[in-house]
Amino acid sequence: MPEIRVTPLGAGQDVGRSCILVSIAGKNVMLDCGMHMGFNDDRRFPDFSYITQNGRLTDFLDCVIISHFHLDHCGALPYFSEMVGYDGPIYMTHPTQAICPILLEDYRKIAVDKKGEANFFTSQMIKDCMKKVVAVHLHQTVQVDDELEIKAYYAGHVLGAAMFQIKVGSESVVYTGDYNMTPDRHLGAAWIDKCRPNLLITESTYATTIRDSKRCRERDFLKKVHETVEHGGKVLIPVFALGRAQELCILLETFWERMNLKVPIYFSTGLTEKANHYYKLFIPWTNQKIRKTFVQRNMFEFKHIKAFDRAFADNPGPMVVFATPGMLHAGQSLQIFRKWAGNEKNMVIMPGYCVQGTVGHKILSGQRKLEMEGRQVLEVKMQVEYMSFSAHADAKGIMQLVGQAEPENVLLVHGEAKKMEFLKQKIEQELRVSCYMPANGETVTLPTSLSIPVGISLGLLKREMAQGLLPEAKKPRLLHGTLIMKDSNFRLVSSEQALKELGLAEHQLRFTCRVHLHDTRKEQETALRVYSHLKSILKEHCVQHLPDGSVTVESILIQAAAPSEDPGTKVLLVSWTYQDEELGSFLTSLLKKGLPQAPS
Amino acid sequence: MAAHLKKRVYEEFTKVVQQQQEEIATKKLRLTKPSKSAALHIDLCKATSPADALQYLLQFARKPVEAESVEGVVRILLEHYYKENDPSVRLKIASLLGLLSKTTGFSPDCIMDDAINILQNEKSHQVLAQLLDTLLAIGTKLPENQAIQMRLVDVACQHLTDTSHGVRNKCLQLLGNLGSLEKSVTKDAEGLATRDVQKIIGDYFSDQDPRVRTAAIKAMLQLHERGLKLHQTIYNQACKLLSDDYEQVRSAAVQLIWVVSQLYPESIVPIPSSNEEIRLVDDAFGKICHMVSDGSWVVRVQAAKLLGSMEQVSSHFLEQTLDKKLMSDLRRKRTAHERAKELYSSGEFSSGRKWGDDAPKEEVDTGAVNLIESGACGAFVHGLEDEMYEVRIAAVEALCMLAQSSPSFAEKCLDFLVDMFNDEIEEVRLQSIHTMRKISNNITLREDQLDTVLAVLEDSSRDIREALHELLCCTNVSTKEGIHLALVELLKNLTKYPTDRDSIWKCLKFLGSRHPTLVLPLVPELLSTHPFFDTAEPDMDDPAYIAVLVLIFNAAKTCPTMPALFSDHTFRHYAYLRDSLSHLVPALRLPGRKLVSSAVSPSIISQEDPSQQFLQQSLERVYSLQHLDPQGAQELLEFTIRDLQRLGELQSELAGVADFSATYLRCQLLLIKALQEKLWNVAAPLYLKQSDLASAAAKQIMEETYKMEFMYSGVENKQVVIIHHMRLQAKALQLIVTARTTRGCGMFLSKMYFITDLPHLQDSFVDKLLDLMPRLMTSKPAEVVKILQTTLRQSAFLHLPLPEQIHKASATIIEPAGESDNPLRFTSGLVVALDVDATLEHVQDPQNTVKVQVLYPDGQAQMIHPKPADFRNPGPGRHRLITQVYLSHTAWTEPCQVEVRLLLSYNSSARIPKCPWMEGGEVSPQVETSIEGTIPFSKPVKVYIMPKPARR
Repeated sequence: MPEIRVTPLGAGQDVGRSCILVSIAGKNVMLDCGMHMGFNDDRRFPDFSYITQNGRLTDFLDCVIISHFHLDHCGALPYFSEMVGYDGPIYMTHPTQAICPILLEDYRKIAVDKKGEANFFTSQMIKDCMKKVVAVHLHQTVQVDDELEIKAYYAGHVLGAAMFQIKVGSESVVYTGDYNMTPDRHLGAAWIDKCRPNLLITESTYATTIRDSKRCRERDFLKKVHETVEHGGKVLIPVFALGRAQELCILLETFWERMNLKVPIYFSTGLTEKANHYYKLFIPWTNQKIRKTFVQRNMFEFKHIKAFDRAFADNPGPMVVFATPGMLHAGQSLQIFRKWAGNEKNMVIMPGYCVQGTVGHKILSGQRKLEMEGRQVLEVKMQVEYMSFSAHADAKGIMQLVGQAEPENVLLVHGEAKKMEFLKQKIEQELRVSCYMPANGETVTLPTSLSIPVGISLGLLKREMAQGLLPEAKKPRLLHGTLIMKDSNFRLVSSEQALKELGLAEHQLRFTCRVHLHDTRKEQETALRVYSHLKSILKEHCVQHLPDGSVTVESILIQAAAPSEDPGTKVLLVSWTYQDEELGSFLTSLLKKGLPQAPS
Repeated sequence: MAAHLKKRVYEEFTKVVQQQQEEIATKKLRLTKPSKSAALHIDLCKATSPADALQYLLQFARKPVEAESVEGVVRILLEHYYKENDPSVRLKIASLLGLLSKTTGFSPDCIMDDAINILQNEKSHQVLAQLLDTLLAIGTKLPENQAIQMRLVDVACQHLTDTSHGVRNKCLQLLGNLGSLEKSVTKDAEGLATRDVQKIIGDYFSDQDPRVRTAAIKAMLQLHERGLKLHQTIYNQACKLLSDDYEQVRSAAVQLIWVVSQLYPESIVPIPSSNEEIRLVDDAFGKICHMVSDGSWVVRVQAAKLLGSMEQVSSHFLEQTLDKKLMSDLRRKRTAHERAKELYSSGEFSSGRKWGDDAPKEEVDTGAVNLIESGACGAFVHGLEDEMYEVRIAAVEALCMLAQSSPSFAEKCLDFLVDMFNDEIEEVRLQSIHTMRKISNNITLREDQLDTVLAVLEDSSRDIREALHELLCCTNVSTKEGIHLALVELLKNLTKYPTDRDSIWKCLKFLGSRHPTLVLPLVPELLSTHPFFDTAEPDMDDPAYIAVLVLIFNAAKTCPTMPALFSDHTFRHYAYLRDSLSHLVPALRLPGRKLVSSAVSPSIISQEDPSQQFLQQSLERVYSLQHLDPQGAQELLEFTIRDLQRLGELQSELAGVADFSATYLRCQLLLIKALQEKLWNVAAPLYLKQSDLASAAAKQIMEETYKMEFMYSGVENKQVVIIHHMRLQAKALQLIVTARTTRGCGMFLSKMYFITDLPHLQDSFVDKLLDLMPRLMTSKPAEVVKILQTTLRQSAFLHLPLPEQIHKASATIIEPAGESDNPLRFTSGLVVALDVDATLEHVQDPQNTVKVQVLYPDGQAQMIHPKPADFRNPGPGRHRLITQVYLSHTAWTEPCQVEVRLLLSYNSSARIPKCPWMEGGEVSPQVETSIEGTIPFSKPVKVYIMPKPARR
């Protein structure tokens, strides 16, 4: 029995460190290779020793697929390929390939330079790792080897995020990575065709949430910014360099354009400029509006948003500043925050989640007096707002995607166990699809029904079609033919052709049967009576009385003979070929019932 | 260009003449007829290879074939068809047969037998499909012939089992187009077996090829379009197709479901997997709603569009479309809309209708949450959030249509529409603002909603702002804070975009007159009056102050207590504004003041009837004209015209009618004057000088008649006839004048073709003329002139029946304002773009009729056709033209003014019905029957320009 085996090394009933092993028809694929933000020890990377204790990973894995550039999906890649050792192909989309090394380098810098970690991967390792990457286009079917093929679908979420279909023969698995079913200001919605995979591995971050329409949130955001700026206040928006930052930029940029505002917007430089550059390049990956208008103007070439300089923070008058990092724990955003916090006209908008212990988390939880380094106490008078702009599918979106792909089984990853439980129950109830949610290291085994493709000769098919094939094509039909198995190929051909191909002579198989009839008359007369009897019953068959006294029904021969010992009974010899088995057996049973009494 | 045009005209002209010769010389035609088919025959015989033959056929197909020779050509084609072995040539022949059978005046029943015949022997699938197409062309050409239709349907049924999808497609198409509508007729006809076309087509809903499935659904829709009532059983079949793998099948199936739901809205269908039953239209609504979240955007657009026209759906289902139960971490969350509503709804915090409405976050029963509702849940929420703006627009349109038919739904969808005001695509924003305006009768805006609406006023797009002003004109606001907010935002808008001045004033006018009671408490604040102190008098020229006054005065119209709050200067300002901006400031009844308005104001309500009466009376008086002596008649006409003109100025509602009748009377006056001239009594050589006056009068009458015909909207056929009659008289006058002066006028009779357009009118010029027609035809020119002259003088004055609603087309150019002293400088030889902004009132089809004319000081005139996209339609009967006109000229030494004006172009052939009366007549219609021209209908605006010589 063929089967698909799935083992999450990370992201099983957990968020972060996405890494899922899939074995499908003898092929082993690793989906994503991420790091965990919550840990700083060995647990931050997936446990690759699960795959093999000794020996190179290359021998065990056929390919690695990276869904998008977020570090919890690609953070462990240099470690995995360079330090553990993997030389096989790594597949990702073009934008991911472009942006991934920037983020990895940034991650490395923070880990090594700031935290002073040793035994971490180096810049060179990142470069070497990226050399193993094979970039794919959307909807391009890539043959990894003779049997394994993969195909990318658009997933929204961040620039270049993709869902991947992995297919071997007739078995297939779809891995969604992170995706978004509602479009936002710069990206479209995830889309997949009805590919009916055996298994759909989907993220479930928001398994228990149904979100309100995006428009309200956007409107609120814009209104808050606009009002503050109108009253002469300054707005600080701490962001991470990629993803949401671009969305918010586009949002503000278009609003500024629409409303003809002149207040300056600044964006802290560095990483972001590089990232914006990539956004400019990968226009086909963005949403409809940006794609359609980029001929006139590339939306990422911001008119109103300028590069930020440290000195600008002290400028009088209103302004909006995007600054990194997003949780206000260090760097430029914190510096600006300290400068502006004292004025109640100003505002800080936190567009995302903040980890406990960071300044962002403190002010969001309502703390008004912050202790800074050096026993300094900072009083926060500025307004603090929280705006969630998350780009994951909500429960409805997940259901929608499952409905679109029509999989046989669903497997949930990248979410909390309790939330998954709910969604699992819903999927099983409403879609009637069996659903799994393995923990890390737990293996799910799915039996698949093996379908074997059989080639049919055109001649045979046409002959069968000619016999009045009605449009009900989905109804099973009986077909006579010969199955030839040759070099692990199956072919269905007509029996004549099979004989010819195999060089065999045709054998005739005949059944004969004796039927005893109580009849005192002569043989010829009996034959005649049989003839008339059959003629009257089998109206649509050709019944003939041959001159030698025998009767034929189609190709079935019936002869009457008188056994010597008993003149009162006659013996009918019925003989038919194998092909006429149905008619023959019917005839014998008919004759066994006896002939009707002759009208004497 | 002109030369080219001329050539074209001549070409066409000569062409027409030749054809006529052919028609007259019938013998010649007969000679040419066989030659055409013979040529083809020879060509085809010459052809050595299939490729050659194909080339000949392709060449042949480029030329049209006359109806008479079609049959011959068809025979030859068929003959060749039998001999041809190459399928591509046969295919071309088959398609040619179809084309030929479409020729007007050719009855294709004679070739049907042959076509069916070759169909039976054809092996190639492509040719078969083409032949079926040909049969379809034949069948549609003969809609009356039942027997032929039956036969064709039979043929189609035979080939339905073909293995090629193309053939099956065509068969289904044939069935859809020709399948008989009534079974009973079928039975009578030749005893052919009754075929249930619907059943046959229905069988192919499950064909293996998606293209055939689509064709089957399309065929079914075609049957419906032709008036065949579809069976209800189709509904279930169609529902299955909604989950088809192919988008075109799903898209067609959605349409089919919609059709069935409109046919059987009230029948009951069971809900699968439960015992409940619901109305079919509700069920269908739910299914179509589900398709709004389909994977293919084509289907989504289709579904969203169709939702709008399902008005019979019950309100329960309708309201579900806007419902999306939110939760966060398995806790119920209220939507932002709900929260906003709670915040603002006065005092009512929980409606108590919904379970746990007021508890902010309670646990949701995990079993009760339904993630994919089968019903209509949240369809519009999804549609409005869609990735493709096409879907969003369709959803907004659907919302609009549904909200118009259901006030409660309108109230509910408001939040969503307001949200759409912030869409990223301008088209969507505009559409949702328009939608909101259309449903504004049913709704009252809450303050928070108003806030969002007003935020859009700062949009940099002029269209959006103006649409929003329109919306505010007809919006109901619930509180006085709302009015204040609206005023403040509008004033902000005014300072930011001063060009919006007129639009904002107009908006405030309506806002004021709609909410007098809400404005009342705001008056002291708005006028910044103080109970004890006199405040400074505001600047009268400040647009913002005028805006405030417009709001207040319009509110005061229906609120008599308000003027008591005004300070002295307010009254003065009122008098000034009433005079200068009379269209924005209404007449007020002011206490203790003898203003001009107080005299007018009591009559305002009661004036309509008397003025109407006055109009009628003065017109009736005119109709007694016939009995007066010429001098008296002239005076009467002059007085009446004067009266009418004054009336039109006073009463804007009657302006159209008054102007219209005045113009007509002016024509009559001119005519009478012309006929009064002495010249008619003098001998020919003596009146040479005086004739100027008569011909000028004739010319002016003609111009006026064109104005009457084309510048007024609402002119009915009755009036057109009278106008034409007047024009005919003018023409006759012209004719007489020219005939008498130039003598050599052999051709003038031909001008009389004009008579043909007029029906018989009692005692009129035409009537008499028709009586005299035989004489006119035979008599000499000089005599004709004499006859015409007497008839013209004897003819009676015709009553002009007044139409119900008549409006004069008018246009005002807002921009350029023509006030600037700074010339527009540009380098000669290059172009400068001049922004033109104008409002058009009561212009029908402005895209085709309105032109912009630029007159240069050297007399050179340039006519510009604005693009259709330059016209906006902000309200019924009103249009707005915002376009750019390109100016260019050679260098000037001084800056000089060019004139810009709008023209209304007309084409008389568009309106005159062709009459067959003339065709048999001897008079050849050589004069072109359509007269094109333009009428200027706006005041010219002067623009100062200065083309500088180019620097070298």
